[in-house]
Amino acid sequence: MASTYTALATTTLGSSAASVTFSSISGSYTDLILVADTVNASGGDNFLLNFNSDTGSNYSVTRLTGNGAAVASSRGTNQTVLQCGQVYSTRSNTIVQIMNYSNSTTYKTTITRQNNADNLVMANVNLWRSTNAITSILISTSSYNFSAGSQFTLYGIAAA
Amino acid sequence: MGILGIYASQISGHLQAPFDSLQTVTVGAGGASSVSFTSIPSIYKHLQVRAFVKSNYAADQSAMGIQFNSTTTGYFQHGLYGEGSTGGAYGVTSSNTAGSSYIAGNSSSNIFGAVIIDIFDYSDTNKNKTVRTLSGADFNGSGQVRVSSGSVALTSAITSLSFLDLNGGTAFNQYSSFALYGIKGA
Repeated sequence: MASTYTALATTTLGSSAASVTFSSISGSYTDLILVADTVNASGGDNFLLNFNSDTGSNYSVTRLTGNGAAVASSRGTNQTVLQCGQVYSTRSNTIVQIMNYSNSTTYKTTITRQNNADNLVMANVNLWRSTNAITSILISTSSYNFSAGSQFTLYGIAAA
Repeated sequence: MGILGIYASQISGHLQAPFDSLQTVTVGAGGASSVSFTSIPSIYKHLQVRAFVKSNYAADQSAMGIQFNSTTTGYFQHGLYGEGSTGGAYGVTSSNTAGSSYIAGNSSSNIFGAVIIDIFDYSDTNKNKTVRTLSGADFNGSGQVRVSSGSVALTSAITSLSFLDLNGGTAFNQYSSFALYGIKGA
């Protein structure tokens, strides 16, 4: 039976690393889903993506967070990375929905839910101002390495 | 968000898929005044709609609602949203749609909103129907991310879904896409 929800690749870190890359992503799917289970040794840091090695000021974000005391919202514009979450020294789970990633007509919108029980719950919407199909994803942070055991899985969703 | 025991493996196709693509609508040139899924089979446990949406409403942004089985009244919804400066919340106790998703409007060039709608136990005739949505659009200086829930006192199995612009937009724009998936139970 043809698979609608296909695991494309998984990376589990055997030692700490500054980044993880998924490359040569097939254009055969409709959406991508990046599922990440992350931890670091040092504390609060940014969970970042770059598409197709683009480091230009082509990314932006609108955030909604709850930290147990207050609800907050913030924004980032003309950024060089797609900021879609946080990494902490306790485990975080992050699910990034990358919608219509393979079309070559529209800008790309992602939407993310992230949870860290010790720190916050977060929802983000991001924009990558490029009409190029996404063929690679670089996952990184601002300051600290991902710890060993952090896992990243990329899924492809195929619409009828 | 639709991840129910998915194997993180590069092997695919040899197991019965729990997540089936049922129908897809991709809006062509000229736009679509309405988008619906009909004749939805009752063999799944839950449904998920994944959409990439722009309407012809004359602003950067708009909002989209969902209706079940052509029911146009009696929906309840609550939402939590962030629009860059403050978070906010809303509740509606008598609405014409279940859930409200934030989408792109006609003025935002090349930008489409992302919408994921989960409809739980859609074919269970012992339960009223409940949805959860995650949606948003960012316009590099404006925009909103929204989580919402909705329900309706409808115990009939859902056999059709309809989408509409809540701000008075009359069509969904070209390149908008709507995909319906069925999620199987054990």
